Amino acid sequence: MASTPMIEVTDLRKSYGGRPAVDRVSFTVEEGEIFGVLGPNGAGKTTTVECVEGLRVPDAGRVRVTGLDPVTEHAATRQVLGAQLQESELQAKLTVREALELYAAFYTRPLDWRPLAERLGLTDKLTTRFAKLSGGQKQRLFIALALIGNPRIVVLDELTTGLDPRARRDTWELIEDIRANGVTVLLVTHFMEEAQRLCDRIAVIDKGRVAALDTPAGLIRRSAGATVISFTPSARLDDRDLNALPGLASVEYKDGRVTLSGTDETVNAVITLLARTHVTAHQLRVTDATLDDAFLDLTKDATTTTGATEDATKAPSNDTTKEAAA
Amino acid sequence: MSTALGNTALGRTALGKTALVNPAVLKSEVRLFRREPGSLFWILGFPTLLLVILGSIPAFRDADPDFGGLRPVDAYVPVSVLLGLTVGGLQAMPQTLTGYRERGILRRMSTTPVRPAALLSAQMLLYGGAALTSSLLALAVGRFAFDVRLPEQPFGYALALVLAVLAALALGAVISALSRTTKIAGAIGSAVFFPAMFCAGVWMPVQTMPDVLARVVGYTPFGAAAEALNQAAAGDWPGWGHLGVLVAWTVLLTAAASRWFRWE
Ligand SMILES: Nc1ncnc2c1ncn2[C@@H]1O[C@H](COP(=O)(O)OP(=O)(O)OP(=O)(O)O)[C@@H](O)[C@H]1O
Ligand SMILES: [Mg+2]
Repeated sequence: MASTPMIEVTDLRKSYGGRPAVDRVSFTVEEGEIFGVLGPNGAGKTTTVECVEGLRVPDAGRVRVTGLDPVTEHAATRQVLGAQLQESELQAKLTVREALELYAAFYTRPLDWRPLAERLGLTDKLTTRFAKLSGGQKQRLFIALALIGNPRIVVLDELTTGLDPRARRDTWELIEDIRANGVTVLLVTHFMEEAQRLCDRIAVIDKGRVAALDTPAGLIRRSAGATVISFTPSARLDDRDLNALPGLASVEYKDGRVTLSGTDETVNAVITLLARTHVTAHQLRVTDATLDDAFLDLTKDATTTTGATEDATKAPSNDTTKEAAA
Repeated sequence: MSTALGNTALGRTALGKTALVNPAVLKSEVRLFRREPGSLFWILGFPTLLLVILGSIPAFRDADPDFGGLRPVDAYVPVSVLLGLTVGGLQAMPQTLTGYRERGILRRMSTTPVRPAALLSAQMLLYGGAALTSSLLALAVGRFAFDVRLPEQPFGYALALVLAVLAALALGAVISALSRTTKIAGAIGSAVFFPAMFCAGVWMPVQTMPDVLARVVGYTPFGAAAEALNQAAAGDWPGWGHLGVLVAWTVLLTAAASRWFRWE
């Protein structure tokens, strides 16, 4: 690992019209790391990463990209950092091929755009104009443009939004490959499956502050209710008994099935309780909580979680459980 | 929301060191311009077409005392020469640039080592070049189809023309700076376009305007340009007053544009 971090953000602050969007955010990203930024809509993720990209000027705090200031050392930063913005467009009549060639010409050592286009499934769209591309195809083109300069760092703001499931998986493989080549990745996402699969560490940002910063497994472990126990009891259990379980984070009774979240200690206590009350537990399952659960727990009292949590709950949970256990 | 140039990261960096003109960006913008049939027609074709139509009217080919003994077609050559640069500078360019800002194209470019200012300069070179081409075409067609004499003071003519192009581009940049959306740019562009064309003499060549009107029009960029071009066409060095008016407008408008232009 290099001695200077690839990205260093210290006490970053940025307000819009007096209302803080980012409030003392700090984190560092080491070389070769995939660093995730999660958080509800409006949490300040885009503002944070756009300060790293040098597109926005911080009100206070320090941002360094390979030791460079992205605002004052514009050109040097841009040679090492590739970016995919949450929202942008290209000239309507520019074709995919022309866009790739044009952006390649901006860098001193660009990648060959052909294999990149191939990788992103753009080969048969090379002569299509930007305005005629589908949303997902535009997204793929922007991913290609973020990588075309052969950057040491890529910042991807909602990488796979709008991509179909196969394209999403292909893109994850692409990101894993570029990381294998030593590229550092800063990734904003609403997809928990994506975060869990790709990220080495994750910062959960909520209302402009870092609510938690850990590995995906660490986030799950440290959230209340890291273990989930569910079963269909042969007889109804006493609520008081359930609520007295050690380490319990939540109880839910639904359609005769009980779902408890808590710790390993809770699991043992439930088994003792069942034995003591002579209740049989049908279809007993003990699983690790998912990153969704951890995310929801960490951003619990957020008022603007709608979009983020919707996305979060869509992620298939069995996949994420496996990863968390690994 | 947008902030004025100079206060933003983009503003600060756009004024930095990297070359202002990027050949790849220029090439790409020229290629995109060639895909705009509307712009091609109105900037390159229409001015000459207008000259051809007017020149086809027999009465326009007879000397007319109202035109100071010139034929009307002679008086309309400078008008055609100015038409292309007005359409390009006041209508096409501000709308393109505003669209680039509105749709985040300038912003996307500013994540690369090339500054968004490269797009601005490419647009100016492109429309400046197109306007000059259009002017030369009008002069050539005037010469060969209607026997209009070529400017007798070619250097003075070229100087006046280049200054007129610069003033038109600066005015276009101001329009783009003041317009948040492409629609607004279109509306302001049209609102400025008709007075500009009036001053250039589309409805009434400057020579035929009443004295007071001609004097007032002479203080506008296109009025001054028309007068300077007429003088150079007749073989005189264009009056320093007219050239000075053009320079003053260009300086003023450029200052206003760089004060108010926003990159996002
Ligand atoms: N240019 C701006 N002007 C004014 N307010 C802004 C601007 N950009 C962002 N904000 C505000 O700052 C806050 C954080 O916005 P930001 O775009 O960083 O959120 P985000 O975490 O990326 O959200 P999302 O998940 O929806 O993309 C929001 O409340 C937003 O309204
Ligand atoms: Mg965002």
